[in-house]
Amino acid sequence: MHVHAFDRYHDAHSLVHRLDPRVKVIVTFLFILSNLLLPDGAWLGFGLSWGLILLGSVASSLGVGYTLKRSLIALPFALAAATVLFSIPGEAIAQVQIGPLLLVITDAGLLRFTSILVRSWLSVQMAVLLVATTQFPDLLHALRHLYVPGVLVSIISFMYRYLFVLADEAMRLLRAREARSAAADGQTSGGSLPWRARVAGNMAGQLFLRSYERSDRIYNAMLARGYNGTLLTINPHSMQNQDWVVLLIILLLLFSFQLIGRIPGL
Amino acid sequence: MPVIHQADLQIHQTAFPKQSTDGCTDGSRLLSVEQLSFSYPDGHPALHSVSICIAKGEKAALVGPNGAGKSTLMLHLNGILTGKGQVQVGGLEINKKNLPTIRAMVGMVFQNPDDQLFSPTVYEDVAFGPLHMGLDEKEITRRVSAALEQVGMSRFASRLSHHLSTGEKKRIAIATVLSMDPQILVLDEPTAGLDPRARRSLINLLHEFPLTMLVSTHDLLMVRELFPRMIIMDEGWVVADGPTEALLADPSLLEQHGLELP
Repeated sequence: MHVHAFDRYHDAHSLVHRLDPRVKVIVTFLFILSNLLLPDGAWLGFGLSWGLILLGSVASSLGVGYTLKRSLIALPFALAAATVLFSIPGEAIAQVQIGPLLLVITDAGLLRFTSILVRSWLSVQMAVLLVATTQFPDLLHALRHLYVPGVLVSIISFMYRYLFVLADEAMRLLRAREARSAAADGQTSGGSLPWRARVAGNMAGQLFLRSYERSDRIYNAMLARGYNGTLLTINPHSMQNQDWVVLLIILLLLFSFQLIGRIPGL
Repeated sequence: MPVIHQADLQIHQTAFPKQSTDGCTDGSRLLSVEQLSFSYPDGHPALHSVSICIAKGEKAALVGPNGAGKSTLMLHLNGILTGKGQVQVGGLEINKKNLPTIRAMVGMVFQNPDDQLFSPTVYEDVAFGPLHMGLDEKEITRRVSAALEQVGMSRFASRLSHHLSTGEKKRIAIATVLSMDPQILVLDEPTAGLDPRARRSLINLLHEFPLTMLVSTHDLLMVRELFPRMIIMDEGWVVADGPTEALLADPSLLEQHGLELP
């Protein structure tokens, strides 16, 4: 049995799927950058950015709700920005009393907070779209050919390849524990909390050791096939006319979002 | 496991003279190991003055219980481990300068295909060897499709390695070294963990290869079917080396070294 849970690629034939992965990586990167650069409260700019995601979702035949659903997972992380609610000077709109602490929510703080929320939410949606329409190996190629350092790409590549093996390994360990978590008649299964914690700790250690030994074997297998310290890749991709056109159009769109976001009063 | 005393080993070594005397003349010699000894860093000795010689075109099986030193010996054949003694491949001494050439000559397939297949896609894994040999892209593509064709996995080029079955992974693992155009194929327990159908199809596959082969295995039925020569190892010693049928006909020898003919 294998764990397939990490694969987020959604196989389909669409314009977005066919695009050169480099284009998709660049667009995703610039899209996130553009979101960051939009000023607080540039709702029209944010709205247009979201429109671009919807367009991408429809063009890639994923459906409108796909990225929306998948992006919710990242929302809790945006709560880390909650402190800006209280820390930016402005007109007080609400108060929260936590013990001896009196926190005042200001209008400027609220504006900043919602803007951060929207920015991160939009950015995650674009990343979801990227991963759903691009095979992971293609993504690695794209990074490599966009001059991301080879070591970094290799690390991501190995992580991707062995995440599955590691998850399988962990699953086998858990199953082995479960199979022996029996109880005698009239007894409850398992021991005290510290005992359980120790078992879990041993399992984590076991998993680490197994991975460590595996890494040794993999390195041997690489050496046996002529690895000498530099990882090489071949590039099966080439930029087509339509790739350039799409890239250009999206760049212009992002630029115009920036302009629109900066018009006062909008 | 029976304890093997050196005195017993001497008897076997005289009972089964080394292959180097029969069939491994200087002209046909492809691989020769002489007086190779090796201890792991923790001091545990794994090989004791092992000497074997494989002639071009020969198909030999390496058998023996777990911990006999089979895998350790194999890791010496392309210089991943280096012990005391001499290892020569195609007349070349293993040293830093010859290492790239030797690694292309010795196609080594490890036991666990998850260790062997480390690239995201099948194609990239099969291309890894040729790519690191410095071949040009056209030649790489040609070799990859030829290697996949040879193991009957042409349709799998763009598949992700971790989604394959064990039998499929084993075939791809063999393709990853075939693409380097090796002189000798060194396989570590190729049939371990395979179901009967996958085992059968792998044996048929190995049967077709015209390559020189050294294969470690516990599968004595496969040995009888594919390998005219058998080398038995135990506790780091080569205890017997000779024609498979002759060795398999000696039940006390097999029993002494933890082997069992089904």
